[in-house]
Amino acid sequence: MLIVPLFYSGYLSFFQTKLVGGVSFVGLANYVKAFLDPAFLAGVGRMALFLVIQVPIMLGLALFFALALDSGRVRGSKVLRLLIFIPYAVPGVVATLMWGYLYGQDFGPIAQTIHLFGLNAPNLLSEGNVLGSMMNIVTWEFIGYNMIIMYSALRAIPADLFEAAEIDGASQWRVAWSIKIPAIRPAILLTVIFSIIGTFQLFNEPSLLHNLAPNAINSSYTPNYYAYNVAFVNQDVNYAAALAFILGIVIMIVSYVVQLTTQRRERLI
Amino acid sequence: MSAQVTRATSTEDVAPRSVIRRKRYNPEKRRSTPLTILMWLCALYFVLPIVWLVIASTKSNSDLFSSFGFWFGKQISIWENLQNVFTTQGGIFTNWIVNTVIYAGVSAIGASLLATMAGYAFAKYRFPGGKLLFSITLGAIMIPLTALAIPTYLLFSSAGLTNTAWAIILPSLVSPFGVFLMRVYAADAIPDSLIEAARVDGAGEFRIFWQVGLRLLGPGVITVLLFALVATWNNYFLPLIMLNTSSLYPLTVGLAQLQAASAAGGGAQALFSTVITGSLVSIVPLIIAFLYLQRYWQTGLATGGVKG
Repeated sequence: MLIVPLFYSGYLSFFQTKLVGGVSFVGLANYVKAFLDPAFLAGVGRMALFLVIQVPIMLGLALFFALALDSGRVRGSKVLRLLIFIPYAVPGVVATLMWGYLYGQDFGPIAQTIHLFGLNAPNLLSEGNVLGSMMNIVTWEFIGYNMIIMYSALRAIPADLFEAAEIDGASQWRVAWSIKIPAIRPAILLTVIFSIIGTFQLFNEPSLLHNLAPNAINSSYTPNYYAYNVAFVNQDVNYAAALAFILGIVIMIVSYVVQLTTQRRERLI
Repeated sequence: MSAQVTRATSTEDVAPRSVIRRKRYNPEKRRSTPLTILMWLCALYFVLPIVWLVIASTKSNSDLFSSFGFWFGKQISIWENLQNVFTTQGGIFTNWIVNTVIYAGVSAIGASLLATMAGYAFAKYRFPGGKLLFSITLGAIMIPLTALAIPTYLLFSSAGLTNTAWAIILPSLVSPFGVFLMRVYAADAIPDSLIEAARVDGAGEFRIFWQVGLRLLGPGVITVLLFALVATWNNYFLPLIMLNTSSLYPLTVGLAQLQAASAAGGGAQALFSTVITGSLVSIVPLIIAFLYLQRYWQTGLATGGVKG
């Protein structure tokens, strides 16, 4: 179930279907085409930008929330933990629909609130803003999930590790930075890798926001959305298979590089 | 680690060190008001969109446009909206709910059973190629689902399986992360001596798994079940490419289709409130499930996070 589609995808990607002449073996031509395809490269570049901006914000906030809840200094932390987690239970489709309406000019509360102050509301779904709007949706959905992973790891740290430091007068910030964060490094790495995989696979958000903002989001907005459009709108399954394959390889390489760099840093320390 | 422990014991006269983390010294003084306020303000960010969804679902279509987003409209028309949701296109929404429950239910039960068996086998048996197979499973967690979805679609369409329920259920049965979680869990939860004892008593291998292993693995199984349930319930991409008959759609694809129709506008204006109310209806079961079963998924995630 896992390996067969993978091989089939690899097999398909070496062929080309033409209206005249049928299927023919073309070797690596589909891959060459992909690496020269400006639409595909723009999509990958956009996701790289997304990765560099959104993932650190999301994981940084998740880590902050997890540390704050774990420190036991917040009133009502049990309820808070659930409230922050709830967006994860909302399906991505519903989350995107909902935020799409929230962003909207017609009856979106964000625009309404800005109008109350007599200002002009920016169009959050315009070409320049839509990437940021999308980052916000993804952040909203997944902070809670990442926070719970980090929080569970924090709870598993033996208490004597940091209580000694607290008694010796170390500040909370120092305890968090020097003891807690290094102790949960494997959990943080896990969330980083899951976020990388998730980012390159973005599909729900562009495909649903496309209905609301058809001009801002083109058919190749994210690589995944592009592969879908190539396969099902342009009917070019061979090229789509090559795109999916390259995408998979890009994700593996990025995840692997992240793992390597963190491991090397550990060795240096 | 040992250095810190000894240092802590030498300062025992300052404060008695508690072993259980929840009972720390002087808990009252440790509460921080600024942090509490900050955290609750942040929580608004997560809750307000859902509050808006609830309020918006009580409004008629014209109130949506004429009233402020975070307050109720002139009349409460949630009842009419619900009626619209369940009667639009000849009551197809009910169909979608039933489909979603079937797809998610069957896939989740199947996936957790398979993951449990595989995890148990990886943890408790040595067989040729076992290590290689497990590494492949770990690697599979990295493979983006979409890289698999398009070829899976092509395979299924040549087998005539697209546009049937099987097209959703079969791919969802495979859960590499579930196998990984169950292997970690089984290695800890089932002592080898217990399996040996059962063998000496003459139980077959399958019976050992079914009657001894499965009972000890209970909490782990529930975690995998919950996550498989959510993954299938929330899946949009797979049903979108596999199905093209709207009576087979799950909720996610159905709602997206309704939204596309309402965004296209024209004569279908009344659809806005229908989409909003439909969205609310579709998230209620999952939120309840998560709140109700929180004990399980939190421990399950802990296993994955600590050992991953």
